[in-house]
Formats: sequence, C-alpha cells, structure tokens
Amino acid sequence: MATLVETGEAAIEDSTQPPRFARLPRPVILLLVLVAILCGLIAVFGPTMAAQATLNGFVAGGYIGLGAIGLTLVFGMLKVVNFAHGDLMVSGAYLTILLAWLGVPLPLGMLLAVTGTAALALATEKLVWRPLRRAGAGTLQLFLSAIGLGLVIRSTIQFFAGSQVRTLGANVVTSIAFGPLRMGTLQAVAFVVGLVAMVIVGLALRYTNIGKEMRALADNRALAEVSGINTSRIIDITWTISGCLAGLAGVLYATAIGSFNPNFGITLLLGLFAATILGGIGNAYGALVGGIVIGLSQEWSTLLFNARWKPVVGFTLLILMLLFMPQGIFGRTRRRS
Amino acid sequence: MSVDFWINVGVLAGIYGIFTLGLQLNAGFTGLLNFGQAGFMAIGAYSVGIFVVSWGLPLWLAFLLAVALAVAAGMLVGISALRLRSHHFAIATIGFAEIVRYTLQNAEFSGGNQGLIGFDDDWRSVNEWALSKLASVELDAYTQLPLLLAIWATFLVLLVTMELLQRTPWARVLRGIREDEDATAALGKNTFSYKLQSLGIAAALAAIAGFFVSLNITYLYPTVFDPTFTFFGYAILVLGGLGSYTGVALGSIIFWVLLEGTRLMETSLSAGQQSSLRFVIVGLSLILLSRLRPQGILGNRNELRAEP
Repeated sequence: MATLVETGEAAIEDSTQPPRFARLPRPVILLLVLVAILCGLIAVFGPTMAAQATLNGFVAGGYIGLGAIGLTLVFGMLKVVNFAHGDLMVSGAYLTILLAWLGVPLPLGMLLAVTGTAALALATEKLVWRPLRRAGAGTLQLFLSAIGLGLVIRSTIQFFAGSQVRTLGANVVTSIAFGPLRMGTLQAVAFVVGLVAMVIVGLALRYTNIGKEMRALADNRALAEVSGINTSRIIDITWTISGCLAGLAGVLYATAIGSFNPNFGITLLLGLFAATILGGIGNAYGALVGGIVIGLSQEWSTLLFNARWKPVVGFTLLILMLLFMPQGIFGRTRRRS
Repeated sequence: MSVDFWINVGVLAGIYGIFTLGLQLNAGFTGLLNFGQAGFMAIGAYSVGIFVVSWGLPLWLAFLLAVALAVAAGMLVGISALRLRSHHFAIATIGFAEIVRYTLQNAEFSGGNQGLIGFDDDWRSVNEWALSKLASVELDAYTQLPLLLAIWATFLVLLVTMELLQRTPWARVLRGIREDEDATAALGKNTFSYKLQSLGIAAALAAIAGFFVSLNITYLYPTVFDPTFTFFGYAILVLGGLGSYTGVALGSIIFWVLLEGTRLMETSLSAGQQSSLRFVIVGLSLILLSRLRPQGILGNRNELRAEP
C-alpha cells in the first residue's frame, strides 16, 4: 500500500524518481496481471466462456480505444478535457441514422457520418475553443464550455431524434463461428475496422510530418511555434482527426452494440477517460492499450457480476488509476511546462 | 395554477441555491473543481429515505444522519482524490457521482429504478400544521407554500452563515489556496486539511439540498440525481458570479425562472423536445457565459483565478 501511494505522489509532485517497486516495466506488469486474470477466469468459468468474454472485450476495446485516442490527442495538445467527446461519438451514430433515413446506402452513410463528425469537431474549435484560448480562459471556463458543448450536442440530437432506443437497421443476426465461439459479423467488421484505424493513426503520428508536428506541439507549444510550425493549422488538424476518430468510434459502437440512445456517449465517456489516463495522457498508443484494457475488464466483469454493473467497472478503474497511477501505464515522467 | 407554478420555481431556485453555495465555496473560493456535488446530494436524499423507510427513524433524526453521512462521503472523496491536480480531481469527482448513481440504480437497498417512497409523513404533518396557520391569511390553497418558506428560510440562514464565514481568517486561507497553494503551504498552513474542510461543508450543503429535493418530489429515484445537475449548479454559479454568495441566490432565481419559464411558452413541441430544448439552453448559457462574462453578474473579476 505504502509503495502504491508513493507512486501516486510521484506523479503529482512532478518527481522524476521512479517508484521503488517498478523493477519490471509497467506495461509488462500490466500484461502479467491481465494474463493472470484470464487464467483465473479460464479456471473458474472454463475456456469457452472466458474466451467469449475476451473476444467481446476486444470488440469493446476497439471503440473505446478509438474514442480515447481522440480524447487524449486534444487533451495532450490543448489541455482541454473534452466532455463533449462522447457526444461527438453519438453524432457519428445519429448522422448515420439520418443519412440512412435519407436513403444513402449504409457503408457510404457511415463514411459521410464520420466526415460530418470531423467537421463538427472542427467547428467547435473555430466557434468555441479558439476564442476561449485567445481570451486566456482558465481551467473552470474550459471545463464548463466543454460540458455546455456536450449538453448542446446531445440535447440537439435528442430534440430531433428523440430519446428512444434506435438501431442502424443493419442485419445484426448473422454471426461468424470460431469453433465454439460466436461473434456477430458486424461486431467482427467493427473490430477489424477499428484495429486498422488505430494502426493507421499510430503510424501517421509516428512517421508523417503532420504527426511529428502534432507531437512537437503537444510537447511544448511555444517551442513548436518558434520552430516555424503553423500551430493553428496543426490544432485544426488535431480537432479534425479527433472528431473523425470519435465519429468512427460512434459508428462502430452503434454497429457492434446494435441498439443505442443519445445518452450512450456520456455513459461511455468515463470509460474513455479511464482508458486515456491508463495509457498516460497525450499518449495515443497508450490510449489504444488503455481502451482494450477497459474493454476487457468490462466484459470480464460480466462473468462475475450482473451485466448492468458493467459501466461501474470503467468508473472504478478510472478512480483507481487516478489514485494510484495518475501518470498511466506508459506515463513518461512528467515534465514541467 | 399559475401561482403554484411560480411557487415550484421558487422551490427549485431555493434548493439549487443551497446546492450551489457549496460549489461557490469549492470552485469560487477554494479553487477546487468539485464536479461530484450531485453525488453528495443523492447520498443526502437517499439516506433520509432509507433511514426513515427501512430503519424507522424519525425524519429529522434521519436528516441529521444524512448530512453526517454526506460529510463522511466528502471526506472519503477528499482524502483519496484531493492529492490530484485540478483536471484529475474534477474527473475523479464526476466518476464518484456516477458510481453513486449507478449504485442507487442497481442496488437492492435503494429500491433500484423503482425508487423509494413513504418517508415524508413527518413533513406532511408539519405541512398541514403550517397550512392551518396560513389559513388565517387565506393562503392555505397553496399546498407547496410551507415548503417554499422552509427552503428559503434555510437558504437565507445558510447564505448569511457562509457570508460571515467568508470574513474569517479561515476563508482567507481558502482563498490563499485558490491563488497559490504552494505559497499558502509555505506559510505553514495545512492546505490539505483546509481543502478537506471546504469539500466537507459543500457535501453537507448538498445533503441539505437533497433533503429538500426529497420533500419536494416525495419519491426518490436515481435519475433525479443525474450528475448533469451538478452542471446546473455550475451554470447558476457562473451566472450569479464567482466569489459572491449573494450572486448564488440571484443566479439561481434567474436560472430557474428562465428555464421553467420556457414551459409557459405555447409550443407545438412534445414534452421530450421541450426538455431537450431546456438542456440546449443550459449548455449554451454555460458556453456563452464562460466566453463573454466569466465572472458572472455579481462576480468580481479579481476573484477569478487567472492561471489555469
């Protein structure tokens, strides 16, 4: 216990002292813990049930991870805790419904919905965030604007679409069988698409010029600016990518879960925060891994508790992470900025 | 009909005024972004219900215990989360409020989504006694009037108490923490303990508000304590002004008159659409106030922490 508390302190005090117990790198510890839990579940519930829950966990981890990447990019760069991020995901899902209702074929509709969500995120930057930054807004103003924005987006969707449960109208019955395991075809598609998107974002951040500029900006804004990086352009791009990923995550959620209402974003949001903090704020790869850990924990928990407690697992992990490891699994020791 | 409507607006304004006093103390004067206030309110209201219905305690004793329990919850949240920096603290408190709501929604002891009923008999007898007194001035037709008077009397007493508290050296330390925690700590003040006290008082205020919510709706169910209501409190806070307790009263009245006033407009919208519209209004006012007048109506710009 004492060592754990000390780890937490280390992050807060900006200390560069590594925690004493961390002989092994933290990602390795995480992996060991996950494997241990999986072995436990296999021993208690048998391999089929454990594997099925694990499979579901990876699907959930896909959309949670995608959502978390967008959240972490914006937070890392602008220090904005975007409470509207979950609602951007909802926009993705509902734009798809809208386009399907207008007669656009589903795959094209999904693509357009993702684009539309990206445009919405960019609009929030132009209309809300940039003016606030210019005015030198404090933490509380940023928080309240984000919350207000989330309320506006969610309630506008609710105004037009109602709060009843909706579906994308896709075929959710067919499934693929892997031996004794079953996975909905759409779930499988959602998982693969999510994985591909994450790999693309990861590679783009690492190897493209824009990705490098984004990381430079997140590290030190002033330094990036004097190095000749066009910061407002990079910020625009970041919001676009964040919105794009949120829209995609929303569409994938809608596809994988099948039925949803406009509140799914706010319900998922704390899970996204948990994933973000687990992976270390501002770290896109971390958010991806964090998303998968949250997805797995939530699905594994359904073996132990009633499924209605599933969201509580996300919140609990969030709070535990904040208390004991606020710098995250992949947290770099914090620098003063 | 119309008078009853405005009495109800007054009830809501009073309840949320008490609720927001706590946010003013935390966010306005201590620089603590407490986003879990709705969770404390839920703990207060539900404890009253559970103590009366399941334990058979008298309502007033249940009320005192509920406040104590909310303060204990505040201590628990504070001890664990106050070490965190502001962003993380805010997220942790939201997580706390969500856990409270999910627990109430799904646990056995709280009646789940069916909720709790039948805890307000003691209040009803008081209400009838008050109505019989009001009969002499021919106001006994307004059955919610005693509640309104009780809430506003409580609110004003608490308002004056907080205002007086604000002039003590204790409150100066809180403001010192808001401005520069390290400097305050360097003066030998135990800043952690002060922040904990600030959070505990806010939790107590939330529990009092929760008690009145339970008397007002006479039926407790989890969605009444949706974490969104914390944001209503923040809207009232920035509307009235950061760093001003009187601003809380003014902000709460304006907020609820505007919000409930939308119900009076003749529209062809469905009930669901109207409620969505009200949330859009709350959201827009949060965005616009943060941008245009972050110090609010009665707020003092000097009380606004400049540094994020």
